[in-house]
Amino acid sequence: MARLTKIKTRPKGAETEILVLVNHPMETGQRVNKKTKKKIPAHYIQKMTFTVGGKQVADANLGPAVSKNPLVGIRVKGAKKGAKVKVAWSDNKGESGSAETTVK
Amino acid sequence: MNTMKRRTFLKGTVAGSVIAVAVGSGLLRPTQALAAAWPKSAFKSKTVADTMKNLFGSSSAKASNAIKIKAPIQAENGAVVPISVSTTLPNVQAIGVLVEKNPFPLACSLNATGASGFFSARIKMGKTSPIHCVVKAGGKLHVAKKTIKVTVGGCGG
Repeated sequence: MARLTKIKTRPKGAETEILVLVNHPMETGQRVNKKTKKKIPAHYIQKMTFTVGGKQVADANLGPAVSKNPLVGIRVKGAKKGAKVKVAWSDNKGESGSAETTVK
Repeated sequence: MNTMKRRTFLKGTVAGSVIAVAVGSGLLRPTQALAAAWPKSAFKSKTVADTMKNLFGSSSAKASNAIKIKAPIQAENGAVVPISVSTTLPNVQAIGVLVEKNPFPLACSLNATGASGFFSARIKMGKTSPIHCVVKAGGKLHVAKKTIKVTVGGCGG
């Protein structure tokens, strides 16, 4: 099942903000299922890679301490209007997803 | 006979989806190869000093006024604490967000290769704790701290 990945950009002064939202449980591996008394296995996004105009600008490392349905924001300088912005993520169970948009 | 057909049909779709996944991961590989590996040792460290050593190679950071942390003074729900770090330091290489009293302090980090000094995320906090925002800029480590009060913890169920 593909997870919903959303990306959007907005101008912030001279910079461009890139916001990414992924529909993901971000399970820590510490929580216990109250009925079965078993630990819920960890399931969280580990890597997020941002590219602008085909060039990688940043990669984020996420841990289990990031809230579920993570919303991550970064800013870049000098992104041109219409440039392609892409994000790709992968989690500890090998799932991955991506989304792309253009700079507004 | 009918069920047999269904079996073969199901097998066919499974094989098809496997190929689709393989192609998908193949397409994603170039970007993943560029990115550094996920720093497992840093995420498994239990103290702030160990985390910084594993993530940045040093635990000594200079307190800096050039780092701004935007976060609530008091978080009602520890499961979702919105924080954003911005800095005016030049040549930002990496930003790390550490929660001192979480079981594993490192929440998230960013390696910037072309981005400016800004990083925002929503993190989980077990209890009231200072957060350390570490910025690596020009080869040096800088840190800013802010204490966030948590009324309901966000770790464990």
